[in-house]
Amino acid sequence: MCQNTDSSAVQAEKQKQPVRSFEKIREILRDNNHDPARLVPILQKVQEEYRYLPEDAMSYVAAALGLPAARVYGVATFYAHFALQPKGKYIIRLCDGTACHVKASIPILEAMRSRLGLGEEQETTDDMLFTVETVSCLGACGLAPVMLVNEQTYGQMTPEGAVALIDKIMEQENNQ
Amino acid sequence: MRNTSETKTTLTVNGREVSFNEETNLLAVLRKADIDIPTFCYHSELSVYGACRLCIVDVEGRGIVTSCSTAPEPNMRVRTDTKELRQMRKINVELLLAGHQRECPTCDKSDTCRLLEIARRLGIDEIRFKENNRQQPLDRSGVSLVRDPNKCVLCGDCVRYCGEIQDVGAIDFIGRGAKTQVAPAFNKGLGEVECVNCGQCAAVCPTGAITPRSEIEDVWEALHDPDKTVVVQLAPAVRVSAGEAFGGAPGELATGRLVAALKRLGFDQVYDTSFTADLTVIEEANEFLTRYQAGEKLPQFTSCCPAWVKFMEQYHPEMLPNLSTCRSPQQMFGSLAKRMLPERLGVEKKNLVVVSLMPCTAKKFEAKREEFWSDEMADVDHVLTTQEVTRMIKEAGIRFTNLEPRAFDMPFGFKTGAGVIFGSSGGVTEAVLRYAYEEVTGSRREEFEFHQVRGNRGLLETEVELGENKIKLAVVFGLGNARQLVERVARGEADYDFVEVMACAGGCVSGGGQPVNGEEETRERRIHGLFNADETLQLHAPQENPYVQEGYNKVLREPGSEIAHRLLHTDYTNRRPTLGLEVPEEHHPRPKEKVKIEVCVGTGCFLRGSQELYSELAAYLKETGQEEEVELCGTYCHERCDRGPVMAMAGIRPMTCRKTWMSEHGPVVSVDEELLENCDVNAAKTAIQEKLKKLN
Ligand code: SF4
Ligand code: SF4
Ligand code: FES
Ligand code: FES
Repeated sequence: MCQNTDSSAVQAEKQKQPVRSFEKIREILRDNNHDPARLVPILQKVQEEYRYLPEDAMSYVAAALGLPAARVYGVATFYAHFALQPKGKYIIRLCDGTACHVKASIPILEAMRSRLGLGEEQETTDDMLFTVETVSCLGACGLAPVMLVNEQTYGQMTPEGAVALIDKIMEQENNQ
Repeated sequence: MRNTSETKTTLTVNGREVSFNEETNLLAVLRKADIDIPTFCYHSELSVYGACRLCIVDVEGRGIVTSCSTAPEPNMRVRTDTKELRQMRKINVELLLAGHQRECPTCDKSDTCRLLEIARRLGIDEIRFKENNRQQPLDRSGVSLVRDPNKCVLCGDCVRYCGEIQDVGAIDFIGRGAKTQVAPAFNKGLGEVECVNCGQCAAVCPTGAITPRSEIEDVWEALHDPDKTVVVQLAPAVRVSAGEAFGGAPGELATGRLVAALKRLGFDQVYDTSFTADLTVIEEANEFLTRYQAGEKLPQFTSCCPAWVKFMEQYHPEMLPNLSTCRSPQQMFGSLAKRMLPERLGVEKKNLVVVSLMPCTAKKFEAKREEFWSDEMADVDHVLTTQEVTRMIKEAGIRFTNLEPRAFDMPFGFKTGAGVIFGSSGGVTEAVLRYAYEEVTGSRREEFEFHQVRGNRGLLETEVELGENKIKLAVVFGLGNARQLVERVARGEADYDFVEVMACAGGCVSGGGQPVNGEEETRERRIHGLFNADETLQLHAPQENPYVQEGYNKVLREPGSEIAHRLLHTDYTNRRPTLGLEVPEEHHPRPKEKVKIEVCVGTGCFLRGSQELYSELAAYLKETGQEEEVELCGTYCHERCDRGPVMAMAGIRPMTCRKTWMSEHGPVVSVDEELLENCDVNAAKTAIQEKLKKLN
């Protein structure tokens, strides 16, 4: 059962120190010799750890490497690969490369977004179950339009197919 | 190949022979040959970026190249004037204009905007590209500067100045493609990050994308208010630059006309910041001599540059004890004015408004520091930069050049040359030496100057004999230079007794609020103007100032006295970010009384079902209709994996969110300040309800 095991002494102690010691990030930094030139691989590892790049983590990396936070943020926002917001359990990546675009990827996107009730500029559902984003060419143009759900590839998608897939996932989730 | 000055070489430009020797790029060669190639992203003291492509020239055998990033070679045949070049330049400027919000009449920079100037020069009469700007909000988070992203042309000049010269790096290129912006980290405002307000980004920006934050309206308001008595103090560096806005040459002394103009604008009294600069010297020199004799807290760093002070507070708080505790001349003035003038001028304190006229954007920040406020009143109410005051003079329709010079009001208008040279790098040091020499040796020197500390170099090191002692001095400008110096001191590789630091190149003469002037040698000429002014005054050492002496006799007693400390000294704040960036108190959004719950969605917790917990809590809050009172969000690992599942309740003051995480041992949740371990969904629900009960 839920019990508050924090004694007031521990509480007081905690107020003084930041709760996190960033042990994991420190390890990543050590593995990379604290080399500012290795910023991109470092951020990649941090993202693997946390599934996105939290602001505190970027600040910590910046301070540890002696880089301005704006530089780290600049790099993080430059590469599409980096996520600055926590993502949902299911990350749907719809290809909007030339081939897929020509084969009507946008209607698929619209169908999924409306099924999930995503607002403008919103990529992740309120319940953190789904994230929908577009990516450029996935290198599977033969299967266009292509979409990835986490690591699984789905080819020759249609708006209806995509919505059905989402429904199926939702059902699975509800039955768990 | 390297050319020395002996082996001059030549190349041809538009058929004309041009010689060159040490120039590192073609652009410099062309400029020396009096061909003014337009540029946006080239600054001689910054690295070469090569992005604007305005400086293009045609080199025979190579085609079109950017002259700023091409090295000159002997016998090169260069053309700058072909039809193709003209067209390409025009297209480049049109493209820049297409992405730029064109509201020139309301832009603070329109008088000196390079984009506008170049567009006119190249005869751009239409812009054939669609205007592509998403209107973005202005960044008014800082008290010194305003950022207008809609006017940015992405030349990167500010980014390089801030990073390369000031070693702050508060702004950078963020994002990519069409969404690229120049901005601080994490979508924050300039006032919320490590920006030290030096304003050099605004000085190099060719457009109005970063400008000094205007206080003109506040000052008009005060001037128009019949109940208010408005006094103004005029900083040393302003007198050698203000004339430039009215056709004067840089360095030309405009003091008398400026005083006359300020009186016409309606200021009741016009005083001189150099008066309190004299006072600063006496306090600072005594502080130094005391430390020197005791052999402690050395080197003593000067404290009159607020950008440098904030820099130290952020990056080297462990050295704050070495910073002189003296307030800057601006703040000493404010402190004395608010305490002495009400009686002298027969006004109530609440009706006295103190304005200062500064070359500097960081002075705006300094005046807002809470140390310089008492009873909810600032010692200095408004800070105008030179740029702002010249605009006011123009707005009032005052013909500056026709004004008869007038004199400052007494007693705060009286100064010696020591207080005037404060505006130049090395000036504070020299002024301190003029005082300390007499104090230590008991005798007067033949000549008043200390030429060894003049030099207009980024770092100047020297030794000066004061009686039996050799004082080791350093004079430095540019915060990048300052950082290197501080780090050398910290590592024990350098040893000084006294160090003067100014953030801006050459000192306050190049402050971020000074008129923007593309002319070379502006800095040298302004410095020269200040030393000339010193020369023509009868008194050169601060201790000779009779009104400063009177101040000691009547109020302050003696240098470093208890009352002098109270009125003229200050202390500093450690601003080193413990985590994340510095967020000054006033920028903390007032947290609403909400319970904040955060669920970790990091890999570990995610794999162990944090998702389910999150969804359940979300559904639960919807059901109970408590979505407004409880804030639910996802976060990352809280590093308590071994004690999970844990739920933390973050408090009523969610400063840094106490986040929830789930980890190797299952979902970890945090609710405000408290960490609840071994927690499941029901436990979380109970905790939330308890918390809410406490809140209501
Ligand atoms: S004011 Fe100075 S520190 Fe701040 S962003 Fe501009 S150049 Fe950088
Ligand atoms: S803010 Fe000004 S200096 Fe900085 S990149 Fe934009 S246009 Fe250039
Ligand atoms: S364009 Fe979609 S896989 Fe290539
Ligand atoms: S000045 Fe050469 S590319 Fe901008």
